[in-house]
Amino acid sequence: MNHDELDATLDSFGDALASATRVTPGNALRPEDIAVDGVAPSDEVAAYALTLGDDSLILAQRLSHWISRGPELEEDIALGNIALDVLGHARSFLTYAGLAMGKTEDDLAYWREEEEFTSLWMVEQPNGHFGVTIVRQLILSIYQHLLYSKLAESADETLAAIAAKAVKEVDYHRDHSIMWTIRLGLGTEESAEKMRHALEILWPYVDEMFLDEEIHRTLPEVAVLPSSLREDWDKEISAVLADAGLEIPATGQAMAHGRRGEHSEHLGYILAEMQVLARKHPGATW
Amino acid sequence: MSQSNWPLWEVFVRSSRGLSHVHAGSLHAPDAEMAVRNARDLYTRRNEGVSLWVVKSSDIISSDPDEKDAFFESPQGKDYRHATYYKASEGVKHL
Repeated sequence: MNHDELDATLDSFGDALASATRVTPGNALRPEDIAVDGVAPSDEVAAYALTLGDDSLILAQRLSHWISRGPELEEDIALGNIALDVLGHARSFLTYAGLAMGKTEDDLAYWREEEEFTSLWMVEQPNGHFGVTIVRQLILSIYQHLLYSKLAESADETLAAIAAKAVKEVDYHRDHSIMWTIRLGLGTEESAEKMRHALEILWPYVDEMFLDEEIHRTLPEVAVLPSSLREDWDKEISAVLADAGLEIPATGQAMAHGRRGEHSEHLGYILAEMQVLARKHPGATW
Repeated sequence: MSQSNWPLWEVFVRSSRGLSHVHAGSLHAPDAEMAVRNARDLYTRRNEGVSLWVVKSSDIISSDPDEKDAFFESPQGKDYRHATYYKASEGVKHL
């Protein structure tokens, strides 16, 4: 993954500060620790971790497309930071899932086919204009914040540890998308219209996020039941939209089943771009 | 990138408790709330801080560079403003 490269690019903006202030790397759980010290999960737990990892991986791939294309330099960096956080979550979940399969995070990211990906349709929806990305972030960051808050209590210690770290980062993503939703919703007539449009094109993929699948039911102590998040999510997003002068659109719901490997037309193109380098030059490093 | 109409903000970072906020740089943001968030993204990516201040650059009143002489050269040669200028009086202990 181009995690390090991206990080170095973003870090260069802060170089002037390095001498003036104390810099510490911190000691949060890293994917490298999971790869070395992690205990292999059961096949069921691995399959569950894979669903969470796939959501984060595809979302990170989508978000990182904003780098160098943000509406302002500051926002470019904000979206880049968020993409990196989400990529970090993907790496942890995929590394953990891979322990059960004898595979690395890269094996899982680069060498699976479209129908083997278990991500939600929401994460693969195109970035569109800035408002579409913000609405997608609003929908997903509120969802992931609720999900990781509960997952931090999971009977599976590794999943709980990944979630405990991720929830703080997602909390900030949520704050970022709420701030923008309010500003764009209450901004100009054009920005409000663009936000209404964004809500209309993304809302059909909301129900799928809360579908309980077999994998959730077989792991009652470990997995978070998606349907259990719906009430809080509805409440929270309704409040934000009300503050922004926006409404939940009256749209139908797509017959989306990403968890079963069925995807919208977008995922194939995302994977083609994401996987081409690893497949053209197997084992390449930089 | 679009032509920015966002105002400029100055960012101050406090690196740990007990130290004062230090000027770290500047950024563009549409309003104060977003400025704090942008500052978080730009200037605290590597654990640099525990607190942030942002101030609209236009709200900072600075000394005039053209008046540098009148402002800052006056203390030169006025050594008596330094404690080291004075000799300890005879017989004073513990100084």
